[in-house]
Formats: sequence, C-alpha cells, structure tokens
Amino acid sequence: MSDLDHDRSTDDALDVAPAEPTPRPSTPAGKPAVSIAKRQTNRRRVLRTILLTGGVLGAALSGFLPLVYAQKKRLRPPGALDEKDFLGSCIKCGQCVQVCPVSAIKLADLIDGVGVGTPYIDPRQQACDFSCDAVQCILACPTGSLTYHKPDFLPVRPGAALAAKPILIAKEKDAEPTLNLHERIGVARLTRPEACLAIQGKGFKGLTRGADFRGKLRYMSVDRWKPVKVSSHPYDVAECDLCVRECPVKGAISIETVFAPDGSKRKSPVIHEPCVGCGVCEMVCPVEPGCITVEAGEVWKI
Amino acid sequence: MSALLKRRFVDQIKVMFGAEPSKPKEISPAAQQIHFYKKGNRDLIAENLHARAHAGHSNKWRNRRWATLIFANLLFTLSFFLDIQILEGALTASRFVGFHLIDLNSALQVMLAHKHIINNLLIGTGTVLVLWVLLGGRTFCSWVCPYHLLAEWAEKIHLYLAKKKLVTDQTMDRRLRTVFWAIFALLALATGYTVYEAISPTGILSRALIYGPGLALLWVLALLFFEVFFSRRAWCRYACPIGLTYGVVGIVSPVRIIYKLDACFHEGDCRKVCLVPHVLDTVIKGRAVEKEVPIGPDCTRCGLCVDTCPTGSLSFEVKGLSKLA
Repeated sequence: MSDLDHDRSTDDALDVAPAEPTPRPSTPAGKPAVSIAKRQTNRRRVLRTILLTGGVLGAALSGFLPLVYAQKKRLRPPGALDEKDFLGSCIKCGQCVQVCPVSAIKLADLIDGVGVGTPYIDPRQQACDFSCDAVQCILACPTGSLTYHKPDFLPVRPGAALAAKPILIAKEKDAEPTLNLHERIGVARLTRPEACLAIQGKGFKGLTRGADFRGKLRYMSVDRWKPVKVSSHPYDVAECDLCVRECPVKGAISIETVFAPDGSKRKSPVIHEPCVGCGVCEMVCPVEPGCITVEAGEVWKI
Repeated sequence: MSALLKRRFVDQIKVMFGAEPSKPKEISPAAQQIHFYKKGNRDLIAENLHARAHAGHSNKWRNRRWATLIFANLLFTLSFFLDIQILEGALTASRFVGFHLIDLNSALQVMLAHKHIINNLLIGTGTVLVLWVLLGGRTFCSWVCPYHLLAEWAEKIHLYLAKKKLVTDQTMDRRLRTVFWAIFALLALATGYTVYEAISPTGILSRALIYGPGLALLWVLALLFFEVFFSRRAWCRYACPIGLTYGVVGIVSPVRIIYKLDACFHEGDCRKVCLVPHVLDTVIKGRAVEKEVPIGPDCTRCGLCVDTCPTGSLSFEVKGLSKLA
C-alpha cells in the first residue's frame, strides 16, 4: 500500500509532527494550533521567499542603475525618441538590427550601461549611411521607439528638430529625395581640429581606416543598392575632404576657408544645420583617433 | 458545467495566483461513489500494480514539445542568419511573414512604461492574445520559451542530486510570483523604464540565440545554478511574470488537460514530474469533485503528466471538439 501512496507531497508529511511533550500554544482568532516543527518550516520558507525577492529585485534594479548614472551617451538609430522615452518604449526585439543593410545597429549588453538589449550605433565602427533609403529601422520598429512622427505628448527638444527634411544625396534626382526624418539623433563636431588633415592642408592617399577595417559604405559610383567595404575603396585626394565627400546628407558639412588664430587662411570642415548625426564622417575620418565625432543626442546650437 | 466544477474553476484561478490548493467541501455523488469503491479495494490495487508494471513510459508529448520549442527558436535564428525573413525579431516582439507578434508581458511593460500605444503594438499584442487564448495561455512557457527548456534540464540535474541526497528542494511561497508581477508592473509605471526586461531570461536567451551571446547570459546561468542547487524550477514557479500573464490569458482557453477519475489509481507519478504540481491537486485521493475534471489555468500543457500517467487518466482535450470525436 505504501508503494501506492505517493501522492503525498513532502510538505504534507511535515504536517505529522512527532508526538509533542509540550502543550501547543493556543493561537488567537481561532486558528488551528501549529506544531513547532511546522512553524519552523514556515519561517524558513518565509525567509527564503524574502531572500529570493531581494535577489531578483536587486538584479532588476542593478540593470536600472547604469541608466540613472549613465555617463556615456550612445547614438541611437535614426528616428529614436529622446533617451528616456526611448528606454521606456523599446521592446528589445532587435527588428531594427535585422533590417539594417550595413549592420550599423548593435544591441547593448549588460555592461554597456545603456539598457540590456537596446539598440545603438557605434559610428566609428559602422555608421548609418542610409543605404536603405527609407530608414528601414523606423519602419521595422513595432513600438514606435523609432518613429517618423513623435506622438503629440512628446515635446521636441529645442535644436533637435531639423529645419527641413534632410535631402539624401543618393536620391537627389528621385521624385522624393528626402529622408522622412524630423529630428536629428546627434550632431557631428570637429573634436580634434589640430589633427585634421584638411586644416593642416594635407591630402590623403590610400585606404582610410586601413585594410582590416570592416565598415561598409554605399558608394554610388560602385553600386546604388549594395554597400561595399570601405577597405575596398582607396582614396587619392590632394586636400583631405573625406568627411565632406562621403556625407550622405546634402548640405550637412562642407570645407570652408577659415582664419586661424594667427590670421592665416586655412581650410576646415564645417558642420551645418542639416546634419542628422548619422556618423559617416566619423567612420571615414582617416586620422586615428578620428578628429570628427558625432555627439549622441546633441542638438543644433548656433 | 456543474456548479461544483464552477467552484473548482474559481479555486484553480486562486491557486494560479498563489493560494494553496484546498480540499473540496462538496463532491458530486458520481465522484463520491468512485472514491468510495477505491478505498481498500484489493482487486483494484492488484490491477493497479499490474498496470504500473506493464506501463511503458512514453516521451511522445515531451518529444513533440521539444521539437516545437527548438523549431520555433531555430526559426528566429535562421530567419536572421540566413536572411530568409520568415520570423523576424526576437521573442519579445517579432513579425511572422509580416504579421506582428508581440509578447504580452513585454507589451504590457512597454505600455506601462511609455504610456503610449501605437497601432503596430496593438496589432501584435492582439495577434498573440488570440493565439494564446486559443492554445492555452501557459502553452507559451513549455512549448516556446527557451528558458523553459534549460530549466527543464536543470531540473533533471536537481532531481538527480536530490536523489543522491546532495541537495534538497527549498520551496518558497508561490504568492511571490503574483507579488513580482505587481512589483514589475508598478516599477514600469513609476520609473518609465521596462525594468523587468533587463532580467527577463526569456528575452536575454532569445536575443542571445539570434544576435549572439552576451554577458547578460551570466544572469541566466545564475538562475539555473540556483535552480540546480537550491530550489527546483524556482524562476518559473516563484518569479516569472510572463507565466502569470499568459496564465491569465489562458483561463478560458479550449485546449487543456483533462483528468478522468475512474481510471486513476493515485500513484502520484504525474505530480512528481509536473512543473506546477499544485494544478494537479485534483489527482490526490479523494479530491476530485467530478468524474472528469479539467486541469486549471496555471498548467503549462507540457504533457509530461500525460506521458507519465501509467493508466491514461490524464489526456489532452479541446473543449467542445473532443465530444465530436
């Protein structure tokens, strides 16, 4: 018979406490008295439950802390909402990653401090060059984290709005030459002017970023639809203007004549208002480290 | 449905939220009769021993389930890896040949955090809702969730170690899962950030399978370690809010496991293999209120009990349809 009586869980077995010499303490509210052994078991179980609660909540909140103390801003894909709204709305599915033709979008890991599983772009490694023409990542996003049109209740930060829809140079002759973007994801800035080849009046010959660089770029002269490796495209320019040459957005950057502090005339890349922060200039800059970088989430200041 | 089964149904829902299963106060005369004849019936016991001795253990449902689970997750991986675009995205949100599918709990977290719902989110949530209402809510857990498979293997190790008396199962209060559900919902609402998604092993594993492994897998390993050495199936049983969300969705689902009292000999083998043994309290001797009792909404429809039952008392049923057959 004992063989057949397995349907007792171990907890039921504990119900049957050994015969107790001490009288059971009476409990209030007419609850049945509980044995000491059972009470001990219950207490341990409560402690374990509290421990698990603490553990899981601790882990969950530790995933939240890097965001509170975020030191480093990361460049989000085009059409991203402002950082806080972006983090709240991103469902972390990676559909934006899947549609990007140049694999510019990566998903953040535990220690990146920008939210586990959220997408970001590291433009120095692979910039968004709008090879997809239509900003596919925005179309793929199921929650509106990446969007053409912000919902009404989300304000546009001053300077984040683009004065006009950016014109994609690759589509300039098309009927609809614009990218349907209304806000920039960042702004390029000449962070190390002293290293800039254009300012030094130098040219550039060879492979920008070297033969091992894996980044891709759409070269209209090679193929309208297929981005190729930057390392397969050598340059030979008398005065370096790679950032201007490869910028996909019309009027975002140009080489201008500027006056150096000593009064002499110099050539220098100058960033203009249409800059959306795609990061192509940062990717192609031939000096190491790059002298032009995109500041994520930065707005246009005159 | 009889009044007794209705009452039992309400109890089953309470059990899903963490209540302890209780002995029924009233049992139908037909079921009472069966219970009575089972008491001390030597012939029945002999028959039972015979049935057990001759019962071949089947892995039919387990194999089908593992195949489905691996296929679903592989389809995600291959869709991206080979760029065949059948099932794009990850388990949190995806598109199946263009149809939006969005995990209900992830969608809920996003809606609470962002407080704004766009059409695609609504469509995807609707599709998944209809799918899992039909299939049975927690079917997702055992038939799709990649963490479930790992936890199932971890559970095997745990049971082996427990048999060797190297570990003991430290049980916890099952109401904790409901508490976690509420905490994570409130955290999403208050912080405006999907706090749960950072530690969701389902999301982490799904992304790791599709986009490559990351350090976040350490958390999944920690959970598995905890389950192997301390508490059997702790995450699925006491913590995971995804399971509860799907459980609630599946309350009215037509696909379920049905228990037939007259064939059962109360060996309790089913309760030993079950991830959620509290849903099988009906099989305990003297508990069934009717001759046939459907198993409650917390059941993951994994089919392990169906495979294990030596007398065939537990089987899959589609409400309404099985009467047609």
